[in-house]
Amino acid sequence: MTALRPARTEPPWVRRLLVGAALAAVAVLLVLPLALVFAEALKDGVPAYLAALAEPEALAALKLTALVVAVVLPVNVVAGVAAGWALGKFDFPGKSLVVSLIDVPFAVSPVVAGMLFVLLFGRTGFLRGAVEALGLTVLFAPPAIVLATLFITFPFVARELIPTMQSLGTEEEEAAHVLGAGFLQILRRVALPNALWGLLYGLLLSTARAAGEFGAVSVVSGHIRGQTNTLPLHVEILYNEYRFSAAFAVASLLTGLALLTIVLKSVLEARERRGRSLP
Amino acid sequence: MTARRRAARLPGFGLSLGVTLTALSLVVLVPLFALALSALRLDAATLRRTAADPRVLAAVRLSLTTAFAGAAGASLVGGLLAWVLVRYRFPLRRLVDALVDLPFALPTAIAGIALTTLWAPTGWLGRPLAALGVNVAFTPLGIALALVFLGLPFAVRTLQPVLESLDPEVEDAAASLGAGRRDVFLRVLLPELVPAWLTGFTLAFARGLGEYGSVVFISGNLPMRTEVAPLLVMTKLEQYDYAGATALAALLLVLSFVLLFAASRLQARSAEAGA
Repeated sequence: MTALRPARTEPPWVRRLLVGAALAAVAVLLVLPLALVFAEALKDGVPAYLAALAEPEALAALKLTALVVAVVLPVNVVAGVAAGWALGKFDFPGKSLVVSLIDVPFAVSPVVAGMLFVLLFGRTGFLRGAVEALGLTVLFAPPAIVLATLFITFPFVARELIPTMQSLGTEEEEAAHVLGAGFLQILRRVALPNALWGLLYGLLLSTARAAGEFGAVSVVSGHIRGQTNTLPLHVEILYNEYRFSAAFAVASLLTGLALLTIVLKSVLEARERRGRSLP
Repeated sequence: MTARRRAARLPGFGLSLGVTLTALSLVVLVPLFALALSALRLDAATLRRTAADPRVLAAVRLSLTTAFAGAAGASLVGGLLAWVLVRYRFPLRRLVDALVDLPFALPTAIAGIALTTLWAPTGWLGRPLAALGVNVAFTPLGIALALVFLGLPFAVRTLQPVLESLDPEVEDAAASLGAGRRDVFLRVLLPELVPAWLTGFTLAFARGLGEYGSVVFISGNLPMRTEVAPLLVMTKLEQYDYAGATALAALLLVLSFVLLFAASRLQARSAEAGA
């Protein structure tokens, strides 16, 4: 891989120019924004940074975001594992339609995704009567934030698990089945451990997206301070109040989560490549 | 055929498909159904009023042009990155490869405030540009820039596997027949890359069309000038103009479905060509 034959590669100066241009583009587009988050967060010093994180409103936002993630993740995992098993290990008519439907949230603008729940639970909403009869508040309250986040993050675990489970084939599962293992036992002992890294990446991406969702949550949250503000909404408020270093301090938490996600993906891919090259 | 026969013996198909379909229906399909119902209930007068509203037209035009420009920029930079990452070995290569996913993992609002602070007339990059008389933040250029950031992973990650799968022998053959590097690139490599390149462009375009978080901060949000369509949906909702919001949201949704359908056709074609 390292020794490219001369016929297939460019003169050294072209290569150097292209690599230089690529590094410059990455520096301007990706590295500078990333560095800026941490530089602005720490601009007023570490005590100010910690104080911004310890504000009651920041803590309330953190708590709500944690709650959203705690509800969204298990649903995504159960649905994602089910989808990975049904769509990764079996063929059936209509399968490609189901796969496309799982991808639908990718096609929906976050604002439109949030709006769907306004149409369901708002003043003229289709489910308004049912929800009121039960005495529940959904819109402009945590339940709508959870629902909108579920909609947005629904594809992530499934998208990782379907191709992973598919590529692993069915032989080990069949062997387990022949030896008398039931469905849940096969899942727990064979299929999931094999697809563990795919599941883990799907989980982390799902977590990062659930904690960071902005557009959809912005529509349904009602922006009630200390009550219906998630971390990204809190960042927006601080930013709009010109409290920039506090805004970036809170933002640095979510940025750390994003960095963790891309590091895990990189590790996962390196493992896969090593796995492939082994006999 | 054998795969199907063998797979049929594994247990849990009914249960797992049932769970998948139930979750899919409750989480995704029922809410979308609400939009479809609302759109069908719109009367002709609302549709005419929305379609003739200059503010709506300006927002849709701005969203289309900036999403197009952003996707084009992402495709150019992404093409360069994919090429360099697959073909050359250089320091920091793994780091660059990992960073490409940042726009996918970073919350959009944080990308939005970081890019705005960076490119504002007082920012690290905005200040030297402002001295040259170029304003990026709070102009359509800033919106396009945010969408380049957002679209980058789509462009790189669709091109990378195709570049990796190219058969080196074809290039060797062309070179041994006397083709120069430029001819090999334009006539041998480029035709293979175009479908994936277009797929990445289309995915970035669709994503950019509906984007809100990374755009609202850098756009400045002046009606008629720098107000994108998703923001106008938000404004209409806040004003309880549900009918107008529904019409615009339905338009956005149909546009991105068409784009994503086109992308999946392109992808299928490039997969066939690669096989």
